[in-house]
Amino acid sequence: MLEVSNLACSRGDHRLFSGLSFVLHPGQIMQLQGANGSGKTSLLRTLCGFLMPDEGTISWRGKDVRELDEEYYAEMMYLGHLNAIKDELSALENLRISAGLAGTELSEKEALLALRRMGLRGREMLPTKSLSQGQRRRVALARLLANDAKLWILDEPLSALDVGAVALIQELIAEHLAQQGMVIFTTHQPLEVAGMEMRSLSLS
Amino acid sequence: MKNFSMFDLLVLVIRRDLVLAMRRRADVLTTLIFFVMVVSLFPLGVGPEMAMLRKMAPGVLWVAALLSSMLSLGRLFSADYLDGTLEQMMLAPQSLSMLVLGKMTAHWMVSGLPLVLMAPVLGLQFDMSVQALGVLIVGLLLGTPILSMVGAIGAALTLGLRGGGVLLSLLVLPLCIPVLIFGTGAVEAVSTGLSVTSHLSLLGALLVLALAFTPWVTAQALRISME
Repeated sequence: MLEVSNLACSRGDHRLFSGLSFVLHPGQIMQLQGANGSGKTSLLRTLCGFLMPDEGTISWRGKDVRELDEEYYAEMMYLGHLNAIKDELSALENLRISAGLAGTELSEKEALLALRRMGLRGREMLPTKSLSQGQRRRVALARLLANDAKLWILDEPLSALDVGAVALIQELIAEHLAQQGMVIFTTHQPLEVAGMEMRSLSLS
Repeated sequence: MKNFSMFDLLVLVIRRDLVLAMRRRADVLTTLIFFVMVVSLFPLGVGPEMAMLRKMAPGVLWVAALLSSMLSLGRLFSADYLDGTLEQMMLAPQSLSMLVLGKMTAHWMVSGLPLVLMAPVLGLQFDMSVQALGVLIVGLLLGTPILSMVGAIGAALTLGLRGGGVLLSLLVLPLCIPVLIFGTGAVEAVSTGLSVTSHLSLLGALLVLALAFTPWVTAQALRISME
């Protein structure tokens, strides 16, 4: 359970939001809404611990995330604007290394399965610099399949993806929620998850 | 899927950085070629006077090693910063200091170790004695990791800054002066017949100190740079 209470965040002198509180229970999904520059990414980065909140607390399973530190990081996964993949490495190497950084060892077979499910069959061994923007995003999104994090924090997961890939991401999110996972995300594209109530939080 | 221990993670980071370096060989060679060029220019510029060259040798080799290790520092974290890998490293369920130590080790293996291996060949141009070459190698083996580790702090602090390269040198070079003094001192001690152990043990002590503190300091600096 992720609990945010009375959170305030500013960039420079500009106060982005204040007094923000919400609770995300297992099996719930929440979409952050707001215009460009309203602080969606800043909120997600604060949840990751990259930014220090001005006020307020973020707790995970009832404990402050700053005290939990590594325990919290073991249970969350963040996918930002940047893909975190290396041009010189193949899709397979990239996926196995990012899974390793997240603390799980992925066998070659598991990694191949994940990449194939993401629609990258036949591209697994190519250096990612030869892939298209959408395919590179798919390599990054394959991390969703290759870890057992409870909390997914997704910043614009659908950018550069085609219709088929968007449907696949919706399917993955639905599976994750069915396994009592939690998702918090931003997007400017419509994203529907079958059978789930989508909560939304507006930042203005 | 099985969980990674801290040591597995260290090995993963080192192996990853070495693979990346091997696929971008130009970066590695730049450091080495710079070192070879600078050291080789001195005998040509100063003239073939043996006594003078012998006297200059340790200083020239050490200063060249110091400068060429500065060259590759800018790239230590910047590539990972730009493509988002650094964000993922900070979210790793292991301590960031351990990951940083892995990156430092890989950086030394790619940019420090080749200099150590090349130094005896270059030392011959300066007519260094076999004993002096031996001490030079031991000194460089102890000293170049310190340069990588101290340099990593500077690289982390100047991450994402425009013109960070110049600032990086200004930050790091003064901190490397003790390494330079003890490193050259050890080689000079050979020619004057003094004991080299004091200089080398001081270098060793600096290395232990750097190993203990620089990964943590660098990790903190990275967190500041990411905000």
